[in-house]
Amino acid sequence: MASNKKYWKSVEELNENSSIVETLKQNEFVEPIPTDDFLGDKETLEASSTTRRDFLKYVGFTTAAASLAACEGPVIKSIPYVVAPDEIVPGVANYYASTIADGFDFANVLVKTREGRPIKIERNDMAKHGGSVNARVHASVLSMYDKNRLQGPKVNGEDASWDELHTAVAGKLNATAGQDVVLLTQTFASPSTSQLIADFKTKYPNIRHVIYDTVSSSAAADAFQTKYGTRALADYDFSKAEVIVSVGADFIGDWQGGGYEGAYAKGRIPKNGKMSKHFQFEANMTLSGANADVRVPVKPSDQIAVLNALLGGGTSGLADNVAEAVNKAKAQLAKAGSKGVIITGVEDARLQEAVLTYNESREVIDKDRPRMTAMGSASEVANVMNGVVSGSVKGLITVGVNPVYSFPHTEFAAAYENLDFTLAFAMKEDETASKAKLVAATPHYLESWGDAQLKKGVFSLTQPTIRPLFNTQQFQDCLVQWTENGDSYYNYLKDMWSATILADGGSWSQALHDGVYESAVEITTDADTAETTETSTSSGALSAAQEGGFELTLYTKTGLGDGQQANNPWLQELPDPITRTSWDNYVTVSAADAKELGLENWNVANGGLNGSLVNVTMGGVTLEKVPVLIQPGQAAGSIGLALGYGRTDSVQSEMQTGVNAYAFYNNFSATQAGVTIEKVSGEHEFACVQLHNTMMGRDIIRETTLEIFNTKDVHDWNPIPEVSKDHQEIPVTSPDADLWEAFDRSIGHHFNLSIDLNACTGCGACVIACHAENNVPVVGKSEMRRSRDMHWLRIDRYYSSEDSFAGDAEKKDNISGLGSSLSEYGEMESASANPQVAFQPVMCQHCNHAPCETVCPVAATSHGRQGQNHMAYNRCVGTRYCANNCPYKVRRFNWFLYAENDEFDYNMNNDLGRMVLNPDVVVRSRGVMEKCSMCIQMTQKTILDAKRDGRPVKSGEFKTACSAACETGAIKFGDINDHDSEIFELKEDKRMYHLLEAVGTEPNVFYQTKVRNTNEA
Amino acid sequence: MFENTTIYNQLRAKLMDNNITDRMEKVPYRNLPKKWSFIALVLVLTLSFSQSTFASTSFLPTQAADTVAGEKLFKANCAACHKLGKKATGPALRGVGDKYDREWLYKWIRNSQELVKAGDALAVKLFNENNQAVMTAFPTLTNDDIDNILAYTYTAPPKPVIPEGDGQVTPDPGVSNNIILAILALMFGMLIIVLILVNKTLRRFAESQGVELKEKEKGTPIWKAFAENQFLVLVTSIFLLLSAGYFAYGWMMQVGVDQGYAPVQPIHYSHRIHAGVNQIDCNYCHSSARKSKTSGIPSLNVCMNCHKSIAEVAAATQVEGQNEYGVDYNAEIQKLYAAVGWDEATQAYTGEEKPVKWVRIHNLPDFAYFNHSQHVTVAGVECQTCHGPVEEMEILEQHAPLTMGWCINCHRETNVNVADNEYYEKIHAELSKKYGKEKLTAAEMGGLECGKCHY
Repeated sequence: MASNKKYWKSVEELNENSSIVETLKQNEFVEPIPTDDFLGDKETLEASSTTRRDFLKYVGFTTAAASLAACEGPVIKSIPYVVAPDEIVPGVANYYASTIADGFDFANVLVKTREGRPIKIERNDMAKHGGSVNARVHASVLSMYDKNRLQGPKVNGEDASWDELHTAVAGKLNATAGQDVVLLTQTFASPSTSQLIADFKTKYPNIRHVIYDTVSSSAAADAFQTKYGTRALADYDFSKAEVIVSVGADFIGDWQGGGYEGAYAKGRIPKNGKMSKHFQFEANMTLSGANADVRVPVKPSDQIAVLNALLGGGTSGLADNVAEAVNKAKAQLAKAGSKGVIITGVEDARLQEAVLTYNESREVIDKDRPRMTAMGSASEVANVMNGVVSGSVKGLITVGVNPVYSFPHTEFAAAYENLDFTLAFAMKEDETASKAKLVAATPHYLESWGDAQLKKGVFSLTQPTIRPLFNTQQFQDCLVQWTENGDSYYNYLKDMWSATILADGGSWSQALHDGVYESAVEITTDADTAETTETSTSSGALSAAQEGGFELTLYTKTGLGDGQQANNPWLQELPDPITRTSWDNYVTVSAADAKELGLENWNVANGGLNGSLVNVTMGGVTLEKVPVLIQPGQAAGSIGLALGYGRTDSVQSEMQTGVNAYAFYNNFSATQAGVTIEKVSGEHEFACVQLHNTMMGRDIIRETTLEIFNTKDVHDWNPIPEVSKDHQEIPVTSPDADLWEAFDRSIGHHFNLSIDLNACTGCGACVIACHAENNVPVVGKSEMRRSRDMHWLRIDRYYSSEDSFAGDAEKKDNISGLGSSLSEYGEMESASANPQVAFQPVMCQHCNHAPCETVCPVAATSHGRQGQNHMAYNRCVGTRYCANNCPYKVRRFNWFLYAENDEFDYNMNNDLGRMVLNPDVVVRSRGVMEKCSMCIQMTQKTILDAKRDGRPVKSGEFKTACSAACETGAIKFGDINDHDSEIFELKEDKRMYHLLEAVGTEPNVFYQTKVRNTNEA
Repeated sequence: MFENTTIYNQLRAKLMDNNITDRMEKVPYRNLPKKWSFIALVLVLTLSFSQSTFASTSFLPTQAADTVAGEKLFKANCAACHKLGKKATGPALRGVGDKYDREWLYKWIRNSQELVKAGDALAVKLFNENNQAVMTAFPTLTNDDIDNILAYTYTAPPKPVIPEGDGQVTPDPGVSNNIILAILALMFGMLIIVLILVNKTLRRFAESQGVELKEKEKGTPIWKAFAENQFLVLVTSIFLLLSAGYFAYGWMMQVGVDQGYAPVQPIHYSHRIHAGVNQIDCNYCHSSARKSKTSGIPSLNVCMNCHKSIAEVAAATQVEGQNEYGVDYNAEIQKLYAAVGWDEATQAYTGEEKPVKWVRIHNLPDFAYFNHSQHVTVAGVECQTCHGPVEEMEILEQHAPLTMGWCINCHRETNVNVADNEYYEKIHAELSKKYGKEKLTAAEMGGLECGKCHY
């Protein structure tokens, strides 16, 4: 089918006699290409003065010259201030009190700044009700130096000026007058912001303010509102509790905003023979479960029955072991009277209300001054979500929330994009901001002003600690402008505080200095302006439990929380305290279910943990290829999955980890039913840092029961190991058992660190604090998987392989004969179905007889008189003998250069991220060993401060990053030559023991034996 | 009087010309030796100007009042805000006695605000012209005092930048030395040529006369003899190897040691003038040395504490700078003004700041922690112990090698200053008992432990 069509290359071809066409037929180019002109013909080349040999000479000379020139030392420029601020002395840190209120974490903090840059977050000791400075809050300073942050406002995807944005917003606000426009915000808990929003609503009456907590506590807030009239969350003081019964509430984790571990830990340290008793009924293995005296795995649907039984109902329908535990808990609660408390995470307002009624008369609950930190109403948020999808909502202003990422509605993203008026206040171009028509770049809280009422009557202030890094404006500043409330939010805030909160005579400067101010002034935040509908009384998720399939409990991880700091490498690399796995979320299943479904976890040749993959389906939504981690203690028939992962927009590719579990967050309820999982081919590589999960009866974490602790002699439950000398058993601490000449440590300071295993909840705040203080590098997922993590401080987690650790020891002691030992030791390698759990922070033990020091061929590690084991990085040649000879495995080797290396593109690889580095601690290079220095830069500074003032060091003045960060007081640091100090007392405590004491290393870190309250009735 | 002022103005014009030439001929210190002749030329030129100026100084006003007493009073009371020849915080004062009525001046100087408040038109005008800067009242000054001060204001402007008489001669010895050397070299050269020629002529002469010249017998050349003696070769090579090793070690040990490093700084700042001549305490500018790990490079606002009123150095200093160091100090002060954004004309900050990029001289590696306050405040070490005679350095240089050996030596030798420091009370008592001596060195206190400086 030949075609007659003729194709024309140019108009010229129409002209038959065109010379060009003719020429082109003969020659590809119309004109000859002047190759000779630019290459030169033979003659010119020969005539040229630069011959090939000359050229080579020049190249050789310039190379030589360049390399010679490179031998010169670099010229380093120093640029002082032109006008130095009064308060800044270069080289001396300043501290500012501030408050984080990012919608998920609320805490009073102290910000350490050096030369005007914030470098570390610390606890504000002046704040008595300040929330908890957890791992995420510690890491939040790095989130400010995030290179993926929005650098300025955007209008329709184009960079714009603030004036343009304000004009555009005003236009849209006027255009949508009378229509349904929703202001969807995080919980601010801010008196001034509430007032501004009220003014804003007065000006634009069509605007609805809806509070959206990404991770909701709606049922509890609903219950509190129904019962007491104000929308808030009851506060608890667990230090007053004798019996704590928790049903599905991970209160040591992030339950209702978290922050309860400090008070909880106080009650857990045996005092006068007493400590609190903790029952935990839960589905996932949580931090609370891990710390509980009695933990019972119960599926979410059965948790309701447990709760009903506890509140007076019968135990029929419960499994025998659960019923038994419930009866025991009931008995103990009855005995404890007003010092007993029930808390629950069951997402049912009716049950929450019943629990509030139960607790009402008890000492532990504080209902008069409740928490004001999670005010969102799930049903109201659902209305907005559905309104946007259905089209009834015409405009959406989002502040500090990311609904496109976190709304459990598959059509929401598309509907949002189609909205005419979308304005996103965001720090990053996240999933929502990237689709919004108008984007207002907001500053980080460390660059902002603000206030918060974390607890009724306890007001806190947020103050900027650095000039905004980018062209950003606070939401509040915009509101001030839109509502014509003066010239700046700062003035507005100050005026408002002076008029209300400080009206009882408080001083603004003092309040700003302290960061907190307690006032009797009644101010409601958020609730006034936010819409609330009738509180829901039923729980959709749980009634659907009959559908079959698995029950899913969605939880937040210690590291990422609700996911807003997903681009923070410190948090990504923080191993989960329970699973010890970083850089991932995964489905946790019980061993029994895993066996049934053929799901497996196994270790490969390099030690890395691998796992099967599953598709998780619920209500038509499927998450594909989700890795599976077999979790000891997971209630059979239930699975767990962490929220906050699967972020993609404005998150660096290395940190786009995990799957987005918000897809299953129906009704904003953490428990869901009717989930099916189906094994698919393939395997997942985890970055799990603990390869061995059990102690196999060894003496690593020493623990005993309260009864033995109270009644038996210390030698029975905390014996000093003995060695044989001349066929005599002598204690290993005896000088006769010592091969070494001991240093004289009686003079000057002698630092010791005490870790109370009863108080340590495994929260991981110390790990991040250590990261920040000591410039610990981030190594990334594949290196973590190879066990090349650089954490100077790790928190080991052990499972018992029997029902309890005591059972382990007994089993080990009863092993006899080769056959038995092979099989039984093999069994002890795997954790029990519902194991006891224990945490143990391990850092360099600073041994007085350090095995590492004797094997270093270059004397790079040596001992100080003050008890610290020094590490001179510049002397280290990287033989790694020390790491091999260390019985505690706490030395970390720099396999690579982690700073300024594109292969490790984390915070140390960009100028912004490097601003967080502590200038007092060197950044280590490739090929050297590093380890915990017991924060020698901090002890040296404390000593120097005292010397400069000409005074002795005060008791309790010495601190390390981890001891300062420890919310529960588990880590204590000090000078044992100061006999008035707390650390001296702790060293003399009968619970004190050294890790692997039998080795004879005489560590300067010691532990306090864990005591479990197994008292019954 | 009037005549005098015009003459003065002429003088000023000339002076300014002079200054301009000076500035154009500004010679960087580094290239000084190369430019001797150029400098000489400049000096000759300036001298010729200065002679004419000198001649005109005889027209100075003669006053009954005491200019010496006036000068004293002026410097004590007025100099902070007033200059004679140019505007500072207040207006220039030269010839102020002619501008205003004497009685009015008495009142103004004793209490200017009173006049302003009284609504004196002239006073209000003056007050407004000078940015409403309130002049300090001097009620204690008598009329005579004021007369003396006013008399002083008539003194001639400072002598222009003139080199001293020998300025003209200075370059000469250098030139003549060179010439003598050249002539000597030339003479030696000629002598050698003459000798060779004589030798040649004599040989030729002998040849033509048939005289047989004895040829030296050829023995084994010395190098061959040396090469054949194996023992000598062995000894020599061992010697060479050892000395090569010695020098290689020496060379390598100085890698990264920048003793004597004195880079050119963006502003020629003379520690000699500030710390030496003017005896400003080091800690005045490097204030953080007392409380921080860094001594701190002073921020420019610290410079302006003094330089707000010191826009020019003394004439003699300027001459010295140009002669000895080839530096125009006044131009360097202008650089400071440009950096800090100070407008001399309006005596106000413009807000246009250009931070100075100093070249850092003392560069400790990152892995060594050093704290100034420990040494300055606690130990009471003099700055000069490590930084050398800074008060004599025109351009600051690194005095100490800053090597670890150098640190350690000092820690071994220096006794810890425990006096009046309660921190040391207990540890000192215990350690002295242990070591059996009263004085303890830093090393005995634990100052040699690795972790004290490396973390």
